[in-house]
Amino acid sequence: MPHPWLKERPLTPCLRGGFSTVNQTGSWRVIRPVLDISKCRDCSMCWLYCPEGVIDRENNYSIDYDYCKGCGVCAVECPVDAIEMVKEE
Amino acid sequence: MASVFVSGNMAAAIGARQAEVNVVAAYPITPQTSIVEYLAKFVADGELDAQTIPVESEHSAMAACIGASLAGARAFTASSSQGLALMHEPVFAAAGLRLPLVMAVANRALSHPVTIWSDHSDSMAERDSGWLQFYCETCQEVLDTIIIGYRVAEDARVLLPAMVCLDGFYLSHLSEPVSVPAIEDVRRFAPKSAPKYPILDVDDPKSIGLVISPDFFTEFVYDKHASMSMARDVTEEAFAEFERMFGRRYSHLESYRIDDAEVVLVGMGTMAGTIRVAVDGLRARGMRVGALKIKTYRPFPGEEIRRALRGARVVAVVDRAVTYGTGGIAYYDVARELVNESPHPLLLDFVAGIGGRDITVDTINRVAEQALAVSLDGRRDDVTWVDANKETLAIWGLALR
Repeated sequence: MPHPWLKERPLTPCLRGGFSTVNQTGSWRVIRPVLDISKCRDCSMCWLYCPEGVIDRENNYSIDYDYCKGCGVCAVECPVDAIEMVKEE
Repeated sequence: MASVFVSGNMAAAIGARQAEVNVVAAYPITPQTSIVEYLAKFVADGELDAQTIPVESEHSAMAACIGASLAGARAFTASSSQGLALMHEPVFAAAGLRLPLVMAVANRALSHPVTIWSDHSDSMAERDSGWLQFYCETCQEVLDTIIIGYRVAEDARVLLPAMVCLDGFYLSHLSEPVSVPAIEDVRRFAPKSAPKYPILDVDDPKSIGLVISPDFFTEFVYDKHASMSMARDVTEEAFAEFERMFGRRYSHLESYRIDDAEVVLVGMGTMAGTIRVAVDGLRARGMRVGALKIKTYRPFPGEEIRRALRGARVVAVVDRAVTYGTGGIAYYDVARELVNESPHPLLLDFVAGIGGRDITVDTINRVAEQALAVSLDGRRDDVTWVDANKETLAIWGLALR
């Protein structure tokens, strides 16, 4: 998809709402959080601290890697070390 | 058109009132304070239907104006000196967001040493922010320029904010008879229309104020540059329409007795009137001297400067602000326009009136006399601090060149 600013003058940096549906910030990630669900105690700390809101508490804390930037906050906050940061290949 | 006898600050407040601003957010600072006090009174008395937002700092004042403008409101603020300096960061943001704010700046020198008196160092520090800058000479000009400011700033070809500068005390606290344009006429001259820039709208959600990589940044800066350049013509159109509707003629530059002038004295703000009076006296003594006032400083009226000054033998720019180690600031703008002209006038740089030192007819006489003397015995290579006190500086061990 051509960038919207290559189609018309934006005047000021500005994008229509919902631009993140196409701009997947997961591509920024160099390390990824990997959850060992067998260690998880369902405390929700990772879900609470994730600055991107990509952890799904309703679905076994699955992580949306399309948007996870790999900041590692979840791994630091997890009280039982169930999340390991693994280098992206 | 009603006539009133008011100060420059009251004229600024009346200008904002007649432009029917929706939001006023400001923080008090001398010598600007009474502008927003008057506006608060207009609102309290039901003479202006606007939201006044008392804020905790000038940074917040500009931020509130940015928010109001992003919501589609016509917003106004005013500041001076340290307050304007505290605003510096969102001042740039307002221009980058392309918001047509208007701000009155009651010019006051920046600290240190602390002073409340006037020079142009505060607004000059915002020169490259992307705001239009107009420097005023009379209370009437202050009122009119605020109204003109909204028309130009909101024009789809411009969409940049505008600063209306009035010398602190010399103009902010000087009272003169001022003609007040009727609101219905101002509505026709500067109609409020749907914003022509991206606004916050729940029915059309957007992200505004994004981070930009080098892929696009230059183009956004160039966009502002092109719009600022375009503002020259748009402002000229506004001046012409203003004259048609209200009978008062403004222009980027105001020249006085320059047609056969050997020496042209260039200045901005209230010193312009003093220069004209001095010119009459110098002419009576047989010196061929003229005056040029720069009203529109950003966008800089380069073509008009070249046209006005091409025939002069000497151009002396009197600056009420300094760029340290070199000299005056407007001097460079003037010199830039003339340096590639062949032949070009001898360009001389004078600093005067810093921190509220009065620019008198005598000050201007000395500028003219020195300019003529220098032009006869060849080019001198330094700025002239025409009103600095040699004796004091000698005690400090500083030689005045």
